[in-house]
Amino acid sequence: MVTLTFPTWMEPYRALATGKVSRDQWQALMRQLLWPVLGIGLFLLLWQFAAQRIDTSLGQFPGPAQVWEQAGNLVSEHQQSREREVAFYERQEKYIAARLQQQPDWEPVTRDYTGAPTFFDQIGTSLITVMSGFLLASMIAIPLGIVIGLSSTVHAAVNPLVQLFKPVSPLAWLPLVTMVVSALYVSDDPMVSKSFLTSMFTVSLCCLWPTLMNTAVGVTSVSQDLTNVSRVLRLNALSHVRKIVLPSALPMMFTGLRLSLGIAWMVLIAAEMLAQNPGLGKFVWDEFQNGSSQSLGRIMVAVIVIGLIGFLLDRLMLMLQRALVWDKASAQR
Amino acid sequence: MKALLELSNVGMQFDTPKGSFEALKDVNLKIADGEFVSLIGHSGCGKSTVLNIVAGLLHSTDGGVILDKQEVTEPGPERAVVFQNHSLLPWLTSFENVELAVKQVFKKTKSRAEIRDWVEHNLELVHMAHAMHKKPDEISGGMKQRVGIARALAMQPQVLLMDEPFGALDALTRAHLQDSLMEIHAQLGTTVIMITHDVDEAVLLSDRIVMMTNGPSATIGEILDVKVPRPRDRLALADDPTFVRCRQQVLQFLYEKQRKVEPLPKRTDAETGAVRKRA
Ligand SMILES: Nc1ncnc2c1ncn2[C@@H]1O[C@H](COP(=O)(O)OP(=O)(O)OP(=O)(O)O)[C@@H](O)[C@H]1O
Ligand SMILES: [Mg+2]
Repeated sequence: MVTLTFPTWMEPYRALATGKVSRDQWQALMRQLLWPVLGIGLFLLLWQFAAQRIDTSLGQFPGPAQVWEQAGNLVSEHQQSREREVAFYERQEKYIAARLQQQPDWEPVTRDYTGAPTFFDQIGTSLITVMSGFLLASMIAIPLGIVIGLSSTVHAAVNPLVQLFKPVSPLAWLPLVTMVVSALYVSDDPMVSKSFLTSMFTVSLCCLWPTLMNTAVGVTSVSQDLTNVSRVLRLNALSHVRKIVLPSALPMMFTGLRLSLGIAWMVLIAAEMLAQNPGLGKFVWDEFQNGSSQSLGRIMVAVIVIGLIGFLLDRLMLMLQRALVWDKASAQR
Repeated sequence: MKALLELSNVGMQFDTPKGSFEALKDVNLKIADGEFVSLIGHSGCGKSTVLNIVAGLLHSTDGGVILDKQEVTEPGPERAVVFQNHSLLPWLTSFENVELAVKQVFKKTKSRAEIRDWVEHNLELVHMAHAMHKKPDEISGGMKQRVGIARALAMQPQVLLMDEPFGALDALTRAHLQDSLMEIHAQLGTTVIMITHDVDEAVLLSDRIVMMTNGPSATIGEILDVKVPRPRDRLALADDPTFVRCRQQVLQFLYEKQRKVEPLPKRTDAETGAVRKRA
């Protein structure tokens, strides 16, 4: 059951607004607000200080101010691009309307806008790719993990392979995945681009493992007492898995899923950079190749955004975990 | 005596890394319909093993168990078990925990409404109707144990098997639950086998007390008939001569005839010092 209550961490702020703040609430405010803000402030100062002392071939290393400025630029570039797109479609419509008036039997041909993707387009692409890769991996890892956990035979058979492939870096998979996708995915009217598939499969291959292992462990560690309950009730195999095994394994499964999503996000950026597949990784790579005086600042914006998105994805999983998992203690952090 | 449950020559050998270990040997016991039997004995003598063999959770290596003319080969709801640590599914409410069992046993014979009524009836029987929709970690240990008993009773078992059902509870809660159990036993007449470490509990609740010798190769040492009339009242019984004599006999068996001859492990001064420091 999902209950929406007034979050307790907001209580001190309410107190601050009403002017009656207790000692504990002051401490909570300091912990939640003051110390983090101080930490970030100190980091910005250090960054500024260090940046002034680093001269690269692309000019001075950007400090917080330059990065902030580049963030503004990226936003306005995105807005301009959107305006151009709107203008393009307006012109196209007008042209078609005008031509149809002169030539009523003309079959209109429309063309799509082909502007370079902006920073925000790249964010969108990366998010879609990471989610697809993660979902695919989960769809494979959860059922497989359950089977491995249930059967020691399957576990014995699969375990060496898992141990072998688990530590493989995404960069090693990438060329293979690229070639296999090019060879197998031949279509005149492709639904999705090849580069999307390459990135997605690479992400899946790398983020499969934590979910797989944790699900398997969760399933094997179902308590003997609960298994005995199931035996006394004579639950059949399917009900046993559904009613006893899956719910007990759920907390572990979620721990795995969270780890997997974190890995998926890291792997995706690397894969996009290396394969020049659309997304945030490509943005970073393009800026690096571009080598203008603004590039480093823009890359720094990307770095911060990548971190922020990674953090938000993790929070999202945590919220999901809290809503779905019975074992609240396992969903604390 | 017409026996509902019969254990004949039950023996149990466990395979251990150090070779085979004979936990039980020649356990013979007949239990009549409606009887309340306690198993008592020192820790590690094999009480749980006996109970698990009756439940079908363990297979005896010798002899066998017959319930109502049928040999026991696997676990089943007609031999419901109340586990020592309640064993409720932590993600289900009390109601849902009992419901899972009821649905499994009565899905062909009871309608949805009847199932719900039956679940509620059993929770009322153990005085848990007020916390029906709470999950196990929202209720106390005694309440969990009550739900565990309700779940077992709701299966309408031929034999109710209880492995130290009140072992983990404080004395007051324990007394409450013992009274509830006596009430339920009087009302339903279910056959019960209960393991206990508590001599008073055994004498208060049982028709017969089965006392086991120490392992290895443990077996039944003595069986004591508790001829105290029911209903029994714990306060009135304190001075009842029959009750006192029974209690005396069990204590004698445990602490004279079957005294644990394990010497306490000797501690060196350094060790005790270390323990004291930590404490
Ligand atoms: N699966 C097993 N493998 C090997 N030995 C076992 C196994 N189960 C029980 N034993 C041994 O059998 C003996 C009896 O165990 P059991 O659990 O039945 O004792 P108990 O009387 O229930 O003890 P307690 O009162 O502490 O619960 C013990 O010596 C124990 O070590
Ligand atoms: Mg035991």
